[in-house]
This record gives sequence, structure tokens and C-alpha cells, in this order.
Amino acid sequence: MSAAPVLALRGVSKRFGAVQALTDVDLEIHPGEVVALVGDNGAGKSTLVKTIAGVHPIDEGVIEWEGRQVTIDRPHDAQELGVATVYQDLALCDNLDVVANLFLGRELRRASVIDEVAMEKRARELLDTLSIRIPSVRIPIASLSGGQRQVVAIARALIGEPKVVILDEPTAALGVEQTAQVLDLVERLRERGLGVILISHNMADVKAVADRVAVLRLGRNNGVFPVKDTSHEDIIAAITGATDNAVTRRQARTAEAQQ
Amino acid sequence: MSDTVKNPAPAVAESAAPIPAVDPRLLVREEGLKGYLTEFQRKVRGGELGSIPVILGLIAIGVIFQSLDGSFLSADSLSNISIYVAGQGIMAVGIVFVLLLGEIDLSVGSVAGVGAAVWAVLSVSHGMSDGLAVLIAIAAGAAIGALHGFFFAKIGVPAFVVTLAGFLGWSGLQIWLMGGEGSINTPGGSLVEQLTNYYFEDIAAAYGLAIAATAAYLGSMLLDGRRRRAAGLLGRPVSEIALRTGLVGVLALVAAYELNQSRGLPLALVIFLAVLVLADFVVRRTTYGRQIFAVGGNAEAARRAGINVDKVRITVFVIAGTLAVVGGLFIASLSGGATKSLGAGNTLMNVIAAAVIGGTSLFGGRGKIWSALLGMLVIQSIQQGLNLLNMASEIQYMIIGAVLLAAVVIDSVSRRTQKSAGRT
Repeated sequence: MSAAPVLALRGVSKRFGAVQALTDVDLEIHPGEVVALVGDNGAGKSTLVKTIAGVHPIDEGVIEWEGRQVTIDRPHDAQELGVATVYQDLALCDNLDVVANLFLGRELRRASVIDEVAMEKRARELLDTLSIRIPSVRIPIASLSGGQRQVVAIARALIGEPKVVILDEPTAALGVEQTAQVLDLVERLRERGLGVILISHNMADVKAVADRVAVLRLGRNNGVFPVKDTSHEDIIAAITGATDNAVTRRQARTAEAQQ
Repeated sequence: MSDTVKNPAPAVAESAAPIPAVDPRLLVREEGLKGYLTEFQRKVRGGELGSIPVILGLIAIGVIFQSLDGSFLSADSLSNISIYVAGQGIMAVGIVFVLLLGEIDLSVGSVAGVGAAVWAVLSVSHGMSDGLAVLIAIAAGAAIGALHGFFFAKIGVPAFVVTLAGFLGWSGLQIWLMGGEGSINTPGGSLVEQLTNYYFEDIAAAYGLAIAATAAYLGSMLLDGRRRRAAGLLGRPVSEIALRTGLVGVLALVAAYELNQSRGLPLALVIFLAVLVLADFVVRRTTYGRQIFAVGGNAEAARRAGINVDKVRITVFVIAGTLAVVGGLFIASLSGGATKSLGAGNTLMNVIAAAVIGGTSLFGGRGKIWSALLGMLVIQSIQQGLNLLNMASEIQYMIIGAVLLAAVVIDSVSRRTQKSAGRT
């Protein structure tokens, strides 16, 4: 892990009216690192991600990009810096083919005409380097499976050559095989030296690919753990805020029952 | 570090082996004509009918009417059809743009009427120069379209309602503009009169256009194929290029021959074809066209991709309004002048029906500009055939209605087949 974080949030706060959504949150993302962002519903994960993506500007605190302070007021600012966000609902156009979706909004042009050949070539190269396998880059998105769509959505985030990629629940609603494909892809992003923020409710996925787990609870930091020396229970405890919670009680009950 | 948690299942180990270049599940297309035919067969079975139903329909129409009345396929009859399709066909091109967006424009008939009235009042009643009056009429169409687009995109009124209001409002304006006069005749030799009455009588014109169009079609396919191969991508096989060029070439030359047998190449057809080629280019090859498809497919995705959705929506309605007026001028030329009822009646239905019969989806994001030509040919041939048989207009309405229903049924059924075959 390199020393300087590519993106650092220091003391970030965000209010919506009377609701204090984020209080004094710190988060660091290093190049080539997957940081899982976990927390219960309403813990502030989505709000935090949206402040980075420029959807909600922060009220207090500092965002540092490669060591210098920046302001992110609009989604455009985040894209300019090199933050790409893959939202849960993917935002693909079903009627367009894979190439058109990958380049939507930034088509390659040749004398002001869309350069289909160059786009198709680059799309194939990109999908090949990510070892993404889809039947053809010229079929409409509608004929792809859920996992393939997720993979295309992530690949699309990479077209702009970002440095940080935010994945919002990329494995929700995916089958076993497809989840594995997406997790493989997350690892390949790390190998390419990108910083990845992974929002997930699935602890198995988090343990499988994340380097560190940042836990949010009630809009505050509740610990950052290196994945390899942290147990499942420790993370759960941090998420729920206590060692005595529904999960541990259930485990104790089942353990007793077995005895 | 992730080795400890990575699932060491055999499936993962296998995927580390060299990955085949092509997904084994993908039906790889064979090179050559055989590959083209099997691909075609698979598409038809999967419900991607494309233009096949329309072309079969046109052939059926030709056979039926020719057997009922021997003059249907005569040169003069075909020449007439080629003139009659131009006006409403140009309006249908505008409708295809709106349908690609997933919206509808119910006002094009009235807008055509307003355009013709503006031109006639300015040019004939006020003695303004012909060209200037035409330009002002077209600009009025663009302004009307912009107004529709503004209410739809910025205020959020459904396009259906905005253009329905326009349908009533603009036909009121048209009648008001015409004032006391029931109709204003087009002066002989004026620009608008020439639109549907000028013919390039030199037989070289029709043949030249046919040959040039075929050559341009062939050239663009060869050029594209060379670039694709240079980039290491699969291009169209030579046999497919030959087949396509042959079909287009034969059709173009037969059409040119028939037109030359009659009065020569009509100016109206040339303008209509030019509008089609230009619109097709905009829709398929420019960023703007791609944006129209994106907004029609998933407006929210388009917005997040940085596309200015409102701008796309407004400009599409501007295009529809502009082309409606251009079409209206053709209709005025054909009927000998602007009237209080120009563009009323079944004009609107014909135009929308043409786009849908030609294969453009009513649900947005799917369709081709050329469907305006194909659909208009179907409608106009039926009308021409029924006229030759002296069929009453009420029967014509019923038959056109049935054809429209059949087209939408084919669209819906093929969409269902496509869904079950995993395609859109």
C-alpha cells in the first residue's frame, strides 16, 4: 500500500435540515486498495458516497485529492478529478448495444461523425484487459444477464480512466457465479492501481475482496479494520454498535442448542 | 492477502486457464454468404423481423392491385405514388424522430396547415418574395416545435397533451390566418408550385441518381469494411456487400426506368430522398442521434451520462415542427394551394401510421428513419390502388385502419418473441 492516499476525507459533516447525516467522518483511500464501506441502513454510507461523487456538497470538513484540498460541488467536479461512481441501478440504456453504452456521453468522433470502429476496438481492448466475457459487444444491453450488465456498468466507469471507483452494492441481486465474476473484476481494478470504495451489506463479499473495512454507525466513524486480522463478529459488532446484539444473541442461542 | 479468503473452488482454478477469445456460448457467425443466411434465419426466428413484414406487404399490395386493375403498376401510376409520398413522408420523418424519443406529436397536421397558410398569406396576399415566405413559414414551424418542446421538457406537461392542445390551437390559427378566403391558390411558376410539378425530364437524371446512390452505398460499405479489418474487427463479408449492393442497385434502376417511362425524375422525390438520407445520417452517425436513442431508451441513464436531456427533447420537437411545415408546403403544392383544411382529416393519422407501419416502435428507442419511406409507400399504394378501383373514401379509411392495426400487432408479437429469445 503506497503512503499517500489518493482521496482523503477529514472531519466531513453533512446536515439535511434537522438531520445530522454525517458527523466528523474520516476516510482514506489509497491507490490499489479496496475499502469496504459498511454500516446498517441509515448509517450514512450513501450520503458519504454522494458527497464524494458530488451529488451532496459537504457542509464542514476537508476533501483532499492526492494531498491537496479540493471542493466537490457538482458531479462534474468529481468526474474531473477522476472519481467514477457505479450506482446500484446501473443506469444503462437497454436499447443500445454494449459499445454505445460504454461510450455514452463521450463518444469518440472522427470529423464530427461517431467513430464506431475506434469505439468498438477500444471497448474490446478494455473488456479484454478486464477479462470480461460477454457474447458480443454489438448486442443490446437488454439481452445480457444481470451479472454481465453489472460488469458492463463497471467497465463503463473505467472509460474515463478514473483513479477512484465507487461501487454501490455491486453484488446485490446477483447469483453465485455472477457475484464471483464481479468480485474478480473488483480485484482486477485493484491490480490496475485504482482505489475502490465498495459499499456492501454482504460480509462474505467484503471479506473476499476488501483490504480494509470502514464502519459507519449513525453517521460517525465506528472503526476502520484491516480485513485479514478482523473477525466477522468484530465487524458486526462495530456495525451494530455493541457486542450484545441480535446477531450475537442468535449465535449464542444456536451454540447452546448444539451443546 | 486475499488468498486466504478466496474461494479455492475448482471453477476458479479453471478460469485461470487461458480464456478462449470468444465466449463458447456465443453462436459464432460463419464467414461468407452461408453465415449471412444462417444469421438471417436466426434473427427471424428470434423475432427480429426488421423491414421484412413491410416489404412482404408491399409485394402483396402490388400483386393484389395489379391483378384487380392492370394500370396499378404502370409507369404513370408509380410516378404518381412517388410524388404523393413526398409531403406526408417528410412529415413522417419528423414523427420518427419524436417516436425514437418515446413521445408522440399529434400536432403535425395542424402545423403543416399553419405553415402552408403563412406561406400563402405572405407570398400571395402580401406579395412577399416567394423564397423569403417559404423560409418564414419553415421558421414558424421550428418555433412552434420549440414551444411544444419547451412545455414538454421544461414544464413537464406530457407531450401527448401539449401536442393535442397544439393540434386544436394551431388549426385555429390556420383558419384565422386564411381569414375570409377559403383557399389561396399557388401561383404558377412559384417555388411551392414547382415542388411537386417539376420533373427532371432528361433520362440521364434518374439513371444518374440511381447509379450514384448505388455507388455511394457500395463505397461506404467497402470503406467501412476496410477500416474495420484494419482495426482487427469483423467486417461485413464480401458476399453480403455484393447482395446488398445488388438489391439496392436493381431497385434504384427499376425505379429510374419506370420514372423515365412517365414524366422523368420528380423534384419532390429527390427532396424527400435527400431528407431521408440526411436524417438517417444524423440519427445513426452523429452524437446527437445517439443521444436521441439514449433518451428514448432510458432518460435517467442519459442524464447521468451527462446528456442534456431537455435540449435533446426540445430540438427533436423543433425537427418535427420544421419537417411538418416542409411537408405542408408539398401538400399545398400538390393540392394547388393552401386551404383552411389543409393538414386536417387523416393527414395526422397517415403520418403516424407510416412511421409505425415502417417499423418504428411506439415505445421509444427503436426504429429507423427509412421506416417513414416504407410506411408511406404502403399507405400511398393502398390509397392509389383503391382510387383506381373507384373505392369510396370511407372504405379506404377502414382498410388503412386495418393495416395500421396489423402493423402494430406484428410489432407487439415480434417484441414478445424477441423477449423470449432474449433480445429487444
